[in-house]
Amino acid sequence: MSDSNASLPIIDNPGVNRRRFLKTAGATLGLAAWAAAMKPLLDLTPEVNADEFLQKHYRELTPEQKAVVFKRLEEEAKAEYDVDVTISDPPPMENVLFGYALNLSVCIGCRKCAEACHIENNHDRASNNSYICVFEMEKGGIDFEKGNATYDHPVPAPGKYYMPVQCQQCENAPCVTACPIEATWKEKDGIVVVDYNWCIGCRYCEAACPYHARRFNWEKPEIPAEEVNPDQSYLSNRIRPQGVMEKCTFCLHRTREGRLPACLEACPTGARVFGNLLDPDSEIRWVIENKRTFVLKEELGTKPRFFYYFDE
Amino acid sequence: MVEAQIPSPPAPQKNSAVLSYLGFLRRATGVATDGEWYFYVWMIVLSGIALVGANAWAQQVRDGMIVTNMSDHVSWGLYIANFTFCVGLAAGGVMMVIPAYLYDDEEMHQVVIIGEAVAIAAILMSTLSVVVDLGRPDRFWHLIPGIGKFNWPLSMLTWDIIVLNGYLLINLHIVGYLLYMRYLGRKPNPKWYIPFVFLSIFWAISIHTITAFLYCGLGGRPFWNTALLAPRFLASAFVSGPAFIILSMRVMRLLTDFHFSPKPANTLIRIIRVSMCVNLLMLFSEVFTLFYTGGSHASSAQYLFFGSHGANGLVPWMWASIVLNIVGAILFFTPAALRRENTRIVACLFCIVGIWIEKGMGLIIPGFIPSTLHEVVEYSPSLIEWKVTAGIWAFGLLILTLILKLIASVFSYDLSRKISMKQNVVPEETPATTSMPVETT
Repeated sequence: MSDSNASLPIIDNPGVNRRRFLKTAGATLGLAAWAAAMKPLLDLTPEVNADEFLQKHYRELTPEQKAVVFKRLEEEAKAEYDVDVTISDPPPMENVLFGYALNLSVCIGCRKCAEACHIENNHDRASNNSYICVFEMEKGGIDFEKGNATYDHPVPAPGKYYMPVQCQQCENAPCVTACPIEATWKEKDGIVVVDYNWCIGCRYCEAACPYHARRFNWEKPEIPAEEVNPDQSYLSNRIRPQGVMEKCTFCLHRTREGRLPACLEACPTGARVFGNLLDPDSEIRWVIENKRTFVLKEELGTKPRFFYYFDE
Repeated sequence: MVEAQIPSPPAPQKNSAVLSYLGFLRRATGVATDGEWYFYVWMIVLSGIALVGANAWAQQVRDGMIVTNMSDHVSWGLYIANFTFCVGLAAGGVMMVIPAYLYDDEEMHQVVIIGEAVAIAAILMSTLSVVVDLGRPDRFWHLIPGIGKFNWPLSMLTWDIIVLNGYLLINLHIVGYLLYMRYLGRKPNPKWYIPFVFLSIFWAISIHTITAFLYCGLGGRPFWNTALLAPRFLASAFVSGPAFIILSMRVMRLLTDFHFSPKPANTLIRIIRVSMCVNLLMLFSEVFTLFYTGGSHASSAQYLFFGSHGANGLVPWMWASIVLNIVGAILFFTPAALRRENTRIVACLFCIVGIWIEKGMGLIIPGFIPSTLHEVVEYSPSLIEWKVTAGIWAFGLLILTLILKLIASVFSYDLSRKISMKQNVVPEETPATTSMPVETT
């Protein structure tokens, strides 16, 4: 290929012509291959739509916009799971700060709490997900290294005690600090919530949480229609989309309406105490003031609102 | 301002400067995508791997991240491991800028631009590694400051987004400006790039420091929660970056008309010698602290180096990394490394692979094993994760090849404005690659 005859290059220079043709053909082929490689994206679930894409952060939605969003989510639940659900949005109550306490002397490790959580919060059935992990611990210390969360034998076993762990609703929540887009935050009543329609699924909060309290939706949750709990709220137990974080909310759809968390109601031994930390007459305040309570990993400065204690 | 700096040609209008730059970009694209048969084979192979990766990623977006082997216990895996290494590579790419400017080493100037090119490709790779790790990439706009909700300055991840993108822009500017000036046959005006070069040195340190802060700021993960993490990151970046540049220079010397003097590579090897020793010293210091103290803080290291509770998936990886790093370091110290022989190439490859493991799987995975509640759940990447990661590397190498090719053409005057203007100035060797004048009709 010579550079000297520049006047009629394409006719003069078949090499350039062929090269150009090959380049164009290559680029076209490349584009086609690219389209073919990306084809799986076309099969995405209908929940990825324009309304969902453009939806604003929960805390920026007006009441009217919220109503539209909730209606859309109800329709999606109908379309995808064939159930009629209602999505509520109970606000935090005034002068309420929720706290939880758990009596380790009484807990027998039956995992009824974990099961109740599984059902109440519309968890994926196949993975048997729950916000509560129950550890079988060796008596004589509080050492998780000697703990076991996958025990499979009759309880209580001799020499063991049981320690359910769920979200501690920290005052200094590392997960909230970590989130790059404020998709998770602490509400006025102390509950750390997630906007499932804002989370991008980077899982930095999951790395930041010292209590293994956060869960990721690795795939779309599967729940048979007849098992779906239709009593749902936007920030808690509605069926989560694929690819976002979720966590325990102390069942805020129940507790903000004066009911108790599902895990507490399910406990057969009465090990769990739930209530308003700001109410001096509440049972939880009595426990904190009269029992020697402790919190997990106090040295991290996360200030949990979940307390453990023994009855002597 | 711009017009005032331009020396000789009688004040070109703004319009023509824009047109001329666009013309440069157009011709640069032509040159960068033109080459010998082995160039096309290389590019087609890379494109093929990138497509396999893109396809695997599309499946992952459709089916959910269940197709990876990550779990709620090990919630970050190969993607974030690769991200961490690539950030180091990007930071290290600019490290050769330091001797060039701080010590006024004239011969280094010529190859600074190679470092910047490596940095650009590495930043693109690290950004992609994070994007493929997102559960909902469709919501990427939530991360855009002003439009989404940017949790700055609290979240370290927002800092990382800022510094990585800023770094990409700075390096694109420096590379683009230097090449364009060379193309025009003008001497680059120091005012237009020296401040950015110094900024990029500072910025290179910041990207790797902040990436370390992502991990070491987490109180719940004792394995990461060490003040030594950021210095260790920097030390290993000072090895992997220069090593990658040496490899790039070797390839360019073999396959292009762009010739280097041997001095810059030897300066790089001296940098690597010191950095590798510092890196190994800090690794040893960390290991000593963990194991001598013992207790639960050592349990991740126990798992990483020796396995625990019958789980030992990372043990062969980590020891392979240590052997590669030590052998690589020894090879760099041999006199043969300073000669243009294959010793240095082997040493570079050993250190790059060794650090890829150490700063990747060897750093990220043990942070999760055992979990914060001391459960031991193992992780090894799924085929989809390997495909996506390979795709990202193929894409990065593809970009790097294009930039290096462009650099070679501009610096050997194959691509120059003068040639297109004066037809009688023909490059001596009449390379087949650039018959660009034909397009200026």
